[in-house]
Amino acid sequence: MAELTYRDAVSRGLAQEMERDPDVVLIGEDIGKAGGVFKATVGLFDRFGPERVCDTPISEQAILGAAMGAAMTGLKPVAEIMFADFLGVCYDYIANEFPKSRYMTNGQVKCPLVVRLGNGGGARFGAQHSQSVENWCMQFPGLKVVSPSSPVDVVGLLAAAIRDPDPVMFLEHKSLYATKGEVPDGEIVDQLGVAKVLRHGGDATIVALGMMVHRATAASERLKAEYGIDCTVIDLRSLVPMDTRTVLASVAETGRLFTVEENPRVLGWGAEIVSIVADEGFYDLDAPPIRITAPNIPLPAADALEDLCIPSVDRVVETIRAALVA
Amino acid sequence: MTAKPRKPAEAAIPLNDDIGEDVRLGLYRTQMIIREAEQRAYDLFLQNLVKGTSHLSLGQEAIAAGFAMAMKPGDLSFCTYRGHAHTLARGVEPEKVLGELMGRDNGLMRGKGGSMHLTSVEHGVMGSYAIIGAHLPIATGAAWRAKYRGDSDVSVCFFGDGTTNIGAFHEAINLAVIWKLPVVFVCENNLYMEYTPISEVTAVAQPAADRASAYGLERILIDGNDADVVYRTASQAYARARAGEGPSLIECLTYRHSGHSRADPAKYRPEGELEDWKKRDPILVYRDRLAKFGVASEKVALIDDEVRDIVDKATDACKAAPPTSTDILFTDVYADGGWAWRN
Repeated sequence: MAELTYRDAVSRGLAQEMERDPDVVLIGEDIGKAGGVFKATVGLFDRFGPERVCDTPISEQAILGAAMGAAMTGLKPVAEIMFADFLGVCYDYIANEFPKSRYMTNGQVKCPLVVRLGNGGGARFGAQHSQSVENWCMQFPGLKVVSPSSPVDVVGLLAAAIRDPDPVMFLEHKSLYATKGEVPDGEIVDQLGVAKVLRHGGDATIVALGMMVHRATAASERLKAEYGIDCTVIDLRSLVPMDTRTVLASVAETGRLFTVEENPRVLGWGAEIVSIVADEGFYDLDAPPIRITAPNIPLPAADALEDLCIPSVDRVVETIRAALVA
Repeated sequence: MTAKPRKPAEAAIPLNDDIGEDVRLGLYRTQMIIREAEQRAYDLFLQNLVKGTSHLSLGQEAIAAGFAMAMKPGDLSFCTYRGHAHTLARGVEPEKVLGELMGRDNGLMRGKGGSMHLTSVEHGVMGSYAIIGAHLPIATGAAWRAKYRGDSDVSVCFFGDGTTNIGAFHEAINLAVIWKLPVVFVCENNLYMEYTPISEVTAVAQPAADRASAYGLERILIDGNDADVVYRTASQAYARARAGEGPSLIECLTYRHSGHSRADPAKYRPEGELEDWKKRDPILVYRDRLAKFGVASEKVALIDDEVRDIVDKATDACKAAPPTSTDILFTDVYADGGWAWRN
């Protein structure tokens, strides 16, 4: 057991899979000699060489397209899109190519690749380098979408994503790269589509993803300590496949549902969860579900402004308290 | 139709027999398969049996035939939505192509892709991509795999003149050059970007060839209506790719006899342009060529009859085939064979 940062967990997960399978190759900007702008691929260039850790020009379409061509013909590429916002310049591959290739060829074409993305806000980078793009990814049938919140999940879910036969969008949260957590020694392989219940409580169910998991957990501790409100906190971990059974089972116990989403409100993943719970768990609900999200505006850069947008521990505590105690 | 008589003026050109009769007959047969199948696709559309859209390669057959004939088994083709020709040229049966266009159960992808997405991995046809430019990086990636693994196959990427103005063209060629990848980029310049003359929307006269120097590549501009020229150019580019010398960018001048898609009557063309190009119809050019090399016109006629018979039988089979089974609606979204995104 070792304490590892989230960023070191990325390189550990990649190294674990590259060691196991020579078909695993990396492609992206500054990922090789420079070790990645977020230092998430440090050491891999020296260990696996330039043939497997491939620095590219600033060409996101070429990165994703090349990853797809390599995946279709036998490799297991892991592409990096440095800032998730850059999906905007290569969206065709996310929208039209990766997810549809298998279906429209009647199963002939396979696309086993992973796209790692530096996702999310909190770093004061402004509107084009801070977005939470999970909704940009989850709307395309054929893609899988994963977002780990802890170093151990980074290793295990990254391994699962690389071994998965479908294209997987792997959203790493930029503001979590420096966070630390215990990671067991030896090979770690997790499972996509299994949510983690981080805390059990009978009063409310809080569903969160990525950095919001930490805020939801901190909020649940304060709710317990200050108001005696006992919450279940679910780390969804993967949006596709989505573990809706775990959410529905928890709502059946608590009768209350809160989602904590970093993305702008409109069409956030929480809306899909609320819709499913409304359809399939309606009579378990004691009150309307509540979505705690960023407002539907571009993310501003200044601390004082960005902090107002991204759901904070205070906002989660206050929203849940107001809903339960009022 | 019969073979045209030799023209005395052309007979003076020194004959080059580096290609040989077998390959030449193959080139001719492939062009005829494309011509007949594309014409049939159009006829079936007029009968409302081909639904959706379709983009024909009538007039551009020599490019598909020449590049395919020069390939080895295992080489990979990446096509655009104008991909019927390249799919047929790799040996995919006309019945499967027409069946796909008609939404029948005997279609190449059982109707799940349609005209613009013809794919036959077993024939090396790695897909037809309907988003302009998307497949240049994808072909580059397949070539990256070949180089990484030491495989000897070449990836060949076909696209139109309009594609040269989209960003992926630049990104893919630049990456292929710096990584010295075994990929051949083939621009079929048929003079029109959909409904607009390519010359009106491009900074240089030859949209691909005039840009080659920007990537440190040789300027290659060829007659795309002469299958021999295409075949020789392709062979050289493949040899270069297999020798580890990197990609080629080849611009083939040609002309589409039909509109951009089935919806386009092509009224934007200047009067007489189509007629002028039809004088250089690749099928006519090649019948002349065969005659010049002393191939008996009976041999040519036999091929014509055989091809027409294949396409007739394919048409009958497609008309008799049931519509695609709706059982496959939800299959193959994910690798587990199904479509479930949640538990």
